[in-house]
Amino acid sequence: MGEIFILFFSAILVNNFVLTRFLGICPYLGVSHRVEMAVGMSMAVVFVMTLASLVTWLVYNFILVPFDLLYLYIVAFILVIATLVQLVEMVIQKVSPTLYQALGIYLPLITTNCAVLGVAFLNIQEGYGLLKTTIHGLGAGVGFGLAIVLFAGIRERLELADISDAMKGTAIGLVVAGLLSLAFMGFLGLF
Amino acid sequence: MLKELAKGLWKENPIFRLVLGICPTLAVTTQAINGVAMGLATAVVLVCSNLVISSLRKFIPTRVRIPSFIVIIASFVSIVNMIMEGFYFELHKELGLFLPLIVVNCIILGRAEAFASKNPVLSSLADGLGMGIGFTLSLIVLGSIREILGAGAIFGVSLFGEGYLPFLVMVLPPGAFISLGLLLGLMNRISKERPS
Repeated sequence: MGEIFILFFSAILVNNFVLTRFLGICPYLGVSHRVEMAVGMSMAVVFVMTLASLVTWLVYNFILVPFDLLYLYIVAFILVIATLVQLVEMVIQKVSPTLYQALGIYLPLITTNCAVLGVAFLNIQEGYGLLKTTIHGLGAGVGFGLAIVLFAGIRERLELADISDAMKGTAIGLVVAGLLSLAFMGFLGLF
Repeated sequence: MLKELAKGLWKENPIFRLVLGICPTLAVTTQAINGVAMGLATAVVLVCSNLVISSLRKFIPTRVRIPSFIVIIASFVSIVNMIMEGFYFELHKELGLFLPLIVVNCIILGRAEAFASKNPVLSSLADGLGMGIGFTLSLIVLGSIREILGAGAIFGVSLFGEGYLPFLVMVLPPGAFISLGLLLGLMNRISKERPS
């Protein structure tokens, strides 16, 4: 149990996907102008990442390994994730239109979010079992959410700040992300 | 033709102008040599996928084009990944996760969608080549800056001798964000002073 707990929190704080592993920077910079948007995006990511971890693990261990198709893992994973995202989008649209309204526009963006594919590769690389894989996916998603919501909060303030023209937008955003990353390094000795 | 080739270098440089493909850029540029390897691997995939997608553009139905592009790209990434693993094992280990992750590099799908699926084979080839070279050069610039400041060396060759105290944060994650941010600001400044 303790191991699972450590895995979950280290995926959020110590090995934060955005700030220390550099995965999912594109949506991190792209969808962080408003806190509400960031919250919507992070909920969609948490959902898809947990599910994608689970499904890619099953595909890897029950299809690719028994049929000796390991060389296809890159193609297989990206297809599984793309299909999964599409499926999730359709299911949510039918089951809960309210949730679809909130997450809808972010779901298609997730297919090319390297954090989702990255967590699937990492689970295989580390040789996690089914439970650990799912927890790791969940933790990684929550970590992404934490980072993007914090960043969006700072960015909203930043819009009012007097910044030189050349540094406006993405440039100052990256510097702020750097400072945030510096702060997250403080968690390094936690576990 | 030449115009397609040249635009990737400055006017539409994938990293500094379009701000695409930032994840591998930040992750692998702790050393200049990693930048070269990552850049070249991406460039090869970009050129090959542009070539194939452009030659198949009349046969791929519009409705399923994105999944088709992704499969084509993923196949080339698998090939590059296996070649790197077979012949450059050390580099492969260093780049780690980010080699298979070339699949989701926005530059490649972006070029496939915005250029290769609409243009003839030769100009798509030039476009892929230009973008690939632009990406590689940007990675080398960022990698060199971080390696010089963070380790006092370039391409593994020590520059300042024993007395140099390395600015360690530059090779750590925060240094990646901050140096790219400042570089981006600098590029904005330069291109504003010389509108072309």
